[in-house]
Amino acid sequence: MGGSVLPLGFLQVGRDAVVRELGNGRNLTQRLLEMGIVRGTRVRIIKNDMGGPLIISIGDGRLAIGRGMALKILVEEESKA
Amino acid sequence: MEAAQAIENEKQIVVALAGNPNSGKTTIFNSLTGSHQQVGNWPGVTVEKKEGQLVSEGKVIRVVDLPGTYSLGAYSEDEAVARDYILFEKPDVVINIVDTTNLERNLYLTTQLLEMGANVVIALNMSDELKAKQIDINVAKFSELLGIPAVQTVGTRNQGTKELVLQALQATGNKKPRVVQINYGKEVETELAALEQDILSNRQLTENFASRWLAVKVLEGDQGILKGLAKYSGLDRLLVRRAEAVKRLEGLLGEDIESLIADKRYGFIGGLAKEVVTRRQTTEERFSMSDKIDRIVTNRYLGIPIFLLAMWTMFQFTFKVGDPFIGWIETFFEWFGGVAGAWLESAGMPELLMSLIVDGIIGGVGSVLVFIPNIFLLFFAISILEDSGYMARAAFIMDRLMHTLGLHGKSFIPLLIGFGCNVPAVMASRTLENKRDRLITILITPLMSCTARLPVYILFAGAFFSANQGLIIFSLYLLGLVLAILMGMLFKRFLFKGGTSHFVMELPPYRVPTLKSTFIHMWEKGSSFIRKAGTIIFAVVVLVWVLSNLPVGVEYASQESILGWIGSFVAPIFKPAGFGTWEAAVALVFGILAKEVVVGTLGVIYGAGEAGLTAAIAQAWTPLSAYAFMVMTLLYIPCAAVIGTIKRETNSWGWTGFAAAYTLVLGWLMAVLVYQFGRLVGLG
Repeated sequence: MGGSVLPLGFLQVGRDAVVRELGNGRNLTQRLLEMGIVRGTRVRIIKNDMGGPLIISIGDGRLAIGRGMALKILVEEESKA
Repeated sequence: MEAAQAIENEKQIVVALAGNPNSGKTTIFNSLTGSHQQVGNWPGVTVEKKEGQLVSEGKVIRVVDLPGTYSLGAYSEDEAVARDYILFEKPDVVINIVDTTNLERNLYLTTQLLEMGANVVIALNMSDELKAKQIDINVAKFSELLGIPAVQTVGTRNQGTKELVLQALQATGNKKPRVVQINYGKEVETELAALEQDILSNRQLTENFASRWLAVKVLEGDQGILKGLAKYSGLDRLLVRRAEAVKRLEGLLGEDIESLIADKRYGFIGGLAKEVVTRRQTTEERFSMSDKIDRIVTNRYLGIPIFLLAMWTMFQFTFKVGDPFIGWIETFFEWFGGVAGAWLESAGMPELLMSLIVDGIIGGVGSVLVFIPNIFLLFFAISILEDSGYMARAAFIMDRLMHTLGLHGKSFIPLLIGFGCNVPAVMASRTLENKRDRLITILITPLMSCTARLPVYILFAGAFFSANQGLIIFSLYLLGLVLAILMGMLFKRFLFKGGTSHFVMELPPYRVPTLKSTFIHMWEKGSSFIRKAGTIIFAVVVLVWVLSNLPVGVEYASQESILGWIGSFVAPIFKPAGFGTWEAAVALVFGILAKEVVVGTLGVIYGAGEAGLTAAIAQAWTPLSAYAFMVMTLLYIPCAAVIGTIKRETNSWGWTGFAAAYTLVLGWLMAVLVYQFGRLVGLG
């Protein structure tokens, strides 16, 4: 891999990434955890308008994530296939 | 008879259903228990508790539907309720419904159930959707690895539920369920062992909890559990040991303890999933059908117009399909009133009693019952929106707008539920984790136009705007929504300063709702209105009738009756809004008890059944004052049931009073504004 680490909210539609950091804040981490996002989770950007919430996929599930939250989650982008 | 007795005598088996939201839990609950359901509340909280019964192999099984949760921490009331039920009520079996299309996330709850030592049977649900995705689950291996029974099910088609019940019955025999062990790694395990020793030496704790589970919970610092432990004595050593352990581990591993434990849990789940899941499709689809729909439906520019179109269609459907029913039911009540009157007269019934039955009950309750088809149709439409998965998209679309206004996107779901009935809508605010966001949502939800207001609109719109009924009523619903958002913004700015909390929400894939489940949901929600007509509306209508006959000897429903006094006393307030008649005023006063009563009261006052009612209203109102009256009915003071719910949810008479007061002021202001502005531009 070896891609750069950047906030989830910066990724373009269709890109895959692996979660590296969940930002801080106990509540934030806990909420993400319940929804299946931990370090090492692979996510794909389904929708990102660069404003408003994002849609990401985790396996076959889809999550809506607010922009603020998406900027706190740091991911490592996978190189283009 | 004797067999039934034998069943009665045997100890009832209790099966609890646990699972994530959107896992199909409700559908399975419905197909297990059919119509044998009861809805109540969990003790001490307002979380809805559903119970049902089923008979299998000659045994009666009580099925308890736990709230849908992603986890069993204590971050929301729902989670605490589910957790406490499993911990303290100890159901014989917990059926864990797992959405197999989201296996990993769903298994997070499963690992918690297993650690708690619950006697778990897994329903691997939505196996049809999994098959469609060309994914296989090795059920035997899954069951073997976790050491618990598992059954594949398709809740929507009632497949696998029989087998599920049989497995659950068999599992009741497992006195000592195998407790699954997630290995948290050497360092953590060492600390866990020490904590568990402390726990084992405390009899109070071992009597109530599975020791390993408690050790894990204490170590990760679950706030709900730590709070719950406060009532036990002799825990100082445990807590000191915990603090030391956390410090040691975080120093050693460079991570906070919560993430450490979470990582291991998901590691366990990931490993399990890898073992049992095979994808036959070599190249997975990058974007599913749902994604493609979402691209249009949640589009930045199209999203809100599509949402408005969906709403508009919903109301048009409610009217266009419901309209003929209104005519039929009206005709029925006219006929029934006439026949009943004639029959009572010939039977020599005293005139007063006859008036109670014909004018009061048939005129009052009948005028409300006329709108039952519309109410059911609206609930039908709302059920389709909910079951298809569109509701979550609406929240998504609105998040951007709501966020710029300082509100939480998830507030939008309670608001939409409010179109059906404000009571569950106020309760639905519970999904908001942040107290401020929740309180704001509770305060603005009563502005959403519920189905109980619908009879008022249909009556008035039918009398004055028959050509544009749908449009007029749509405008009222929209007005409620816009005002709710604006008031939310004001409250946020002046009462509850501070940032909004995180927005994260599951978007379930779009599904075509089955006719059966849509009908069940429609019936569940709609039937309460029939009950309401038989109870509170009936009672209030009788009260109104009595007050319109007092003092003794007064002309029925005249201004000199007590009803007339009350109305005349209040009426001047509404003069600037164009409906300063005592009849309008008294209808609004009693409408606080239940909004349908506005129509019911007018029905009693103007007597003469439904056709006469429309004619009487056409005399007493103008189109402009009728619209102002509808605006008032929409906004002013929430009904008694909603007031009660607000009190329970906020646990504060202050906020409850505030909700009633500001809606009254807002309703009056808007009604006056509509009327005066309308006159200014020459509509009056």
